[in-house]
Amino acid sequence: MEEVKQQTISLPRLGEPAPAFEAVTTHGVLKLDDFKGSWLVLFSHPADFTPVCTTEFIAFAEIYPELQKRGVELLGLSVDSVSSHIAWVRNVEEKTGVKIPFPIIADLNKEVSLAYGMIHPGQSKTETVRCVFIIDDKQVIRTILYYPLTTGRNMDEILRIIDALQTTDANGVATPANWRPGDMVVVPPPNTQEGAEERLKKGYECVDWYLCKKKL
Amino acid sequence: MACISPDGKPTESGTKMLRALKSGLGSAGEIAQSTGLPLFRVRSGLRELLQAGLANQKNDKYEITDEGTKLLK
Repeated sequence: MEEVKQQTISLPRLGEPAPAFEAVTTHGVLKLDDFKGSWLVLFSHPADFTPVCTTEFIAFAEIYPELQKRGVELLGLSVDSVSSHIAWVRNVEEKTGVKIPFPIIADLNKEVSLAYGMIHPGQSKTETVRCVFIIDDKQVIRTILYYPLTTGRNMDEILRIIDALQTTDANGVATPANWRPGDMVVVPPPNTQEGAEERLKKGYECVDWYLCKKKL
Repeated sequence: MACISPDGKPTESGTKMLRALKSGLGSAGEIAQSTGLPLFRVRSGLRELLQAGLANQKNDKYEITDEGTKLLK
């Protein structure tokens, strides 16, 4: 009986260091380390010169100034060549007037795609799906989003997640469903009965001892 | 290469970085601030300049070499 070799690929998980890489991009050879100190949105797209990806690149370019205000860099990726990436971003600028200001990895050997689990054979054996990795300034993975090939990403949600994560880091709080900057935040629940009783006296807006909100 | 063209001449961003080095700015952060280039681009560009012999590194500071200075002329 023929031996079947199974390769187990360990996918990145939240709270773990982002896999290191050195990759050829449209802005030269970049390493993950080059982004240390900044937050990074690393995202993959299936292929250059495809319609949904083009709408996404325009949308990513449009939120780039907002990302920069939050100390976030953008880095795209697909398994196309640098020449293809350059031709595509030039075409996008020529046809739509939108300049793509961020680098794009040319992951021809799929090294980065495989390290980040961006190829889902059930969707495509050759293209990366629409992944978003939000990596913090210490190069820890804080959010992973996967979208199917047919669904373009929601830029508002990416910004909202970054705002929520940065608010959590700065204030030691959590954020409720559909939270937006300026909304009340969730105070971490108490661990003791004494803490639960004290919690109710602190002037927070409480549904009960385990669900209290406050203004920042 | 983002900082050096195939003909060996510095690109626009390479020239900006070499000028910053020539004016005495030493760290990647200082160069990014003075040139307006993103820090990740400066870090990557400095690697290229080092490999091409156009800059030297001492700890976390960089300086332009004679060869780098010649390219600016």
